[in-house]
Amino acid sequence: MNKKLKKRIFKVSGTSFCALVYAFLFLPIVVIVTNSFNATTTKPYQTWKGFTFDWYVRLFDGSNASLLDSFKNTIIIAVTSTLLATVIGTLAAVGMYRYTFRGKSVIDGMLYIPVVIPEIVIGIALLTIFALVNVPRGMLTLILSHVSFSIPFVIFNVRARLAGYDNSIEEASMDLGAGRIGTLLRITLPVLTPGILGGALLAFTLSIDDVIISKFVAGNTYTFPLKVWDSIKSGVSPAVNALSTLILIGTIVFVVLTQSNLLKSEKRKSFKKKRKAR
Amino acid sequence: MEKHSRHQFRSNTLPALGTVGPVGIVLLGLVAVPLIYVGVMSFCSLDQYGNYIYQFTFDNYKNLLNPSYIQIYVQSLLIALATTIICIVLGYPFAYLIARTESKRKNLLYMLVIIPFWTNSLIRIYGWRTFLGDTGWLNSLLRGFGIIDAPIEFMYTRGATILGMVYCLFPFMILPLYSAIEKLDKNLLEASADLGAKGRKTLLNITIPLTKGGIFSGSIMVFIPCLGYFFVSDILGGGNSDVIGNLIQRQFQKANNWPLGAAISIILILITLVLVKAYQKAGGDMDSLGV
Amino acid sequence: MKRAKKRFEANKLGVMSVEETRKKMVEMIGVNKIYADHDGHGSNHVVKDLNLSVYEGEFLTLLGSSGCGKTTTLRMVAGFEEATSGTIHVEGESVGSKEPFERDVNTVFQSYALFPHMTVHDNVAYGLKMKKVKKPEIKKRVEEMLELVQLGGFEKRYPSQLSGGQKQRVAIARALINQPKVLLLDEPLGALDLKLRKQMQIELKRLQKKLNITFIYVTHDQEEALIMSDRIAIMDSGVLQQVGDPTDIYENPKTKFVATFIGETNLFEGSVAEVSGDAIGITVESGGFTVKGANFAAGELITVSVQPEKMLYSATPVPGFALQGLVKDQVYVGSILKTIVVLSDGQEVKIERLAGQELPKNGLVYLFWNDADAKLIRDMDSVVYEAAENVTL
Repeated sequence: MNKKLKKRIFKVSGTSFCALVYAFLFLPIVVIVTNSFNATTTKPYQTWKGFTFDWYVRLFDGSNASLLDSFKNTIIIAVTSTLLATVIGTLAAVGMYRYTFRGKSVIDGMLYIPVVIPEIVIGIALLTIFALVNVPRGMLTLILSHVSFSIPFVIFNVRARLAGYDNSIEEASMDLGAGRIGTLLRITLPVLTPGILGGALLAFTLSIDDVIISKFVAGNTYTFPLKVWDSIKSGVSPAVNALSTLILIGTIVFVVLTQSNLLKSEKRKSFKKKRKAR
Repeated sequence: MEKHSRHQFRSNTLPALGTVGPVGIVLLGLVAVPLIYVGVMSFCSLDQYGNYIYQFTFDNYKNLLNPSYIQIYVQSLLIALATTIICIVLGYPFAYLIARTESKRKNLLYMLVIIPFWTNSLIRIYGWRTFLGDTGWLNSLLRGFGIIDAPIEFMYTRGATILGMVYCLFPFMILPLYSAIEKLDKNLLEASADLGAKGRKTLLNITIPLTKGGIFSGSIMVFIPCLGYFFVSDILGGGNSDVIGNLIQRQFQKANNWPLGAAISIILILITLVLVKAYQKAGGDMDSLGV
Repeated sequence: MKRAKKRFEANKLGVMSVEETRKKMVEMIGVNKIYADHDGHGSNHVVKDLNLSVYEGEFLTLLGSSGCGKTTTLRMVAGFEEATSGTIHVEGESVGSKEPFERDVNTVFQSYALFPHMTVHDNVAYGLKMKKVKKPEIKKRVEEMLELVQLGGFEKRYPSQLSGGQKQRVAIARALINQPKVLLLDEPLGALDLKLRKQMQIELKRLQKKLNITFIYVTHDQEEALIMSDRIAIMDSGVLQQVGDPTDIYENPKTKFVATFIGETNLFEGSVAEVSGDAIGITVESGGFTVKGANFAAGELITVSVQPEKMLYSATPVPGFALQGLVKDQVYVGSILKTIVVLSDGQEVKIERLAGQELPKNGLVYLFWNDADAKLIRDMDSVVYEAAENVTL
């Protein structure tokens, strides 16, 4: 076989393989979005009965108040737990980078637990301890739980950023007349920002998607995923699909906007790498 | 001297406590103590009303040896194994192709792997049910074309559960593979080709050994969660392909036998520890598990 | 010889008079730095009883190998480290309790420590911004400063877009813009390649003279120290060995460490056997010799340093010298022939000659030197080190 033809076949089969994998990844998304326009009104809402915008209208006409409520809860929990996890995680990453103290390796080791242990174990462990100290299950326990499993991810992200961090820039800042707080605000935080933002984004994503841990610590409070879970037995209403579609569009818009900023700073970074390589 | 180049201002204790203290409290109160308490609970008994009491017993662990449970452990491990293998087989060439593409759209290709995961995972799994169910899209389509008469039963099988697991965990395989493959030095591959190695040989002798770190961490990040993802087997397996996670969930939310659920959780923790130790032995880096 | 001695004394006097008239910019008195290990046991005494003054407009180099305490000393002056005991004065005022941002000294870091998220302009302007200088004024002064370090037009670049030499210039401009009384430089040229290094050495010296700022410069490169400094302070294991101008240090090393560190040399360690007039008879393990010198008494320990290019040899015995050895090795380094002669006690003596003067391999030679080429070192080492060790804190 001629070499050129062989290469061509290789390339075409590679491209079609990738296309198939993408199809696999996007198929449920296509189903969800399509079904949000399904005119069916009978459970389990799976048969196609024609095109309609009704579900989007109904989402906001009051008939889906509990669904929207659960979504509101999800956002509150995600925002609060992300803020807390980001602040605590960033502080910890900086502290662990800078200081040596007793018990450091213990904390370091404990960080990996929420990452590797199956979520369900974390979920029941939190449930039992909340039951033990008699904390009513609800928003508070949800937020605490989400903070606990997202902190390690924030720390790992910030830590990765710190790996290339030169301590002496802080000394240089103080040397040039900036106080400790000034140095923190003008030098340390800005330099670490990409890592902090990356960690926060991850924490937020984990929080809004969490089912397993939330299921055990939610009590009677509903988050969006828990609401979906409850309706699955009887058939998920296309209103849920409509809301999911809106969320998806929202996230894509958000990420495209922030990503284009991140990409700009990435470009600077890659430029640096190139220079180093030379 | 470099040893001392870090800040040595005044005392160390206060700033260390101020920065690391909060995370210490969170890890202690919301990770360490709860997990220890699960261990304690696994030795507790139930009273006549079904409430757990602090009376030491081994019964929970003895109950773990119930044949129907053992069948589920084995099934769960097999599902996890199958999921991991499928993820590697599909994921490696896929990650390789997008990581080494010359296309300017490389970043976009990468983002396209992540975008589906911005939609809630339950809904996506439910999307599969809508697609594969008896009255689902695929069966309707096949029947519409007259290819089949009666619907094919895709749903509520082990296969459906594995499909869902692969679907949920695929990116956790792709991300470490992608970064491992992207880091590969192109010159190395060229050198290998230059030295007369054919494509397949380069792949076996250079590419795969150098990216095995990515394969290992991907496998860990797929295999372990797979044992606990009860919602996948619940929605797609319909109770026919339970994983260990289903056992635990049932004890806590249906049977209300917390001590037994705790004992099963301890088993799950032990499995995790063994796997992570093996991963570390194989030279795996813990930090690459935290993507 | 007599003339040389006179010149040495004049030199010494000269230094003395300078010490009296010039203003002390930095003064360290009995400074010690001890790091405790993290577990609280054991400690690391990195700077021992340091007394050192640096004068206005002076270029002083702290010279020593890595780990000798020179960087720690610099960091104590900057305020990044606190002295365990002793006091440090800047312009007559004790700075012990002052934070780095309260001290009128600025630092050029070895790693440059440029702020990666700021442009060249913002980096250089940082110190002025902290002082709340008005914007137009900042702009003007940054431009001037960048002109001075020959980086005009680079204002909008980011550090990652600069070469090593350019980063170095930005670091210097940034440290100088506050017009510090003292500029501290921590191996600032360490990361540059040889050619750029040479060029920057000249440029730094030019800047220092032009601005008339006191420089304290840390390096491990003795050649760099000899070229650039007004005075050199040599440190070893946390102990200040000798302070003096480059010629003084080179010609009259006070300790064995200084003699070996400042250049390649042969040390003959022995004791004074007899003294008659200015002739001192010395016995060493492998023989003996007579040197000219004053102020030594019989029985005293003494070390004689002779540089390889000053070593002479002969096939026949030389009066006043009883040093014989076997030619062990001869190597050409460029146009220089390096010969190693082994004495009876195993000491290897290095000899350097121009090419073409090879000695018979394994041949027996008698070593000697001209009186003027022998430097006598009173065995100060024990005195210097022990004094520092015995400091009570």
